[in-house]
Amino acid sequence: MRWIWIDRFTVFERGRRATAVKCVTLAEEHLHDHVPGYPVHPPTLMIEGMAQTAGVLVGDAFDFAEKVILAKVTRATFHERVRPGDRIQFDAEIQGEVRAEGAAVSGRISRNGDLVGEIELMFAHLDASRAPVEPGKGNFVFNDDFVRLLRMRTLRTLGADVPSRDPAGLPGQEGTSPNA
Amino acid sequence: MALSRDEIMEKTREALVDALGVDEDEVTPEARIGSDLGAESIDYLDIVFRLEKAFNIKIPRGDLFPDSVLQSEEYVQDGKLTEKGLEELRSQLPHADLSAFEKNPNVDDIADLFTVDMIVRYIESKLAEQAD
Repeated sequence: MRWIWIDRFTVFERGRRATAVKCVTLAEEHLHDHVPGYPVHPPTLMIEGMAQTAGVLVGDAFDFAEKVILAKVTRATFHERVRPGDRIQFDAEIQGEVRAEGAAVSGRISRNGDLVGEIELMFAHLDASRAPVEPGKGNFVFNDDFVRLLRMRTLRTLGADVPSRDPAGLPGQEGTSPNA
Repeated sequence: MALSRDEIMEKTREALVDALGVDEDEVTPEARIGSDLGAESIDYLDIVFRLEKAFNIKIPRGDLFPDSVLQSEEYVQDGKLTEKGLEELRSQLPHADLSAFEKNPNVDDIADLFTVDMIVRYIESKLAEQAD
């Protein structure tokens, strides 16, 4: 399984900002286990959702060629609980620009315009010289499966240039509805 | 108008407090970024980002916290900097006080040269360059 905690991108401005949404549903198992009898979406998973929104934004800036690693959760403050039926929005904005070493991102989580949380994250580009990757292993962060998923999730239609890495192609993918 | 050293110190303090989660009074001029304020590798990049934003300057990679001297056999032997290595470090860190380090130039101690005062001096020189 893939650990995905956002449902869809709704805004994507290369190198600047991205917005993704997640719909929280009682069908998700973790809501039953986190606080039994009181289903809330855990803040830790909201940090992960923001990291995914921002991580794709940072990865896209260099055509997903870099291995983008969440290096630091600088700050995470939560003001509201998120419950089943809520649709939360992750707004991520690059601070300055994406540099060769990585990027700093500030994020805001909201529900119907109300502030739920504020998060600051640091991403690093994993330097091959420090952590060698075996030849042929490729990019284990943005691997083919993940890039394929991004294409399904309408990123391309929102302006990001998601490369096609699958030489076999993806039958039926081209022209996929933005709501796929 | 040029910022005074106190103003640079104040903004630097703010950047370090935000990046490292330390208390304001811990950020003294002589505090070492790693040993005293607890910075780990990624924090140095965070600090660079914050300083760039706070002072509206560009800090090239390795300019404020250089580490290239450690990657050459010419500069490092038996865990210590060679005379050439020391010379290189002096040119890379013109704002640091190397007097104590030079007596026993152990590579493990290089990070201790990165102090709050060093950052303030570096920013001062960057702002002066910009004003020229």
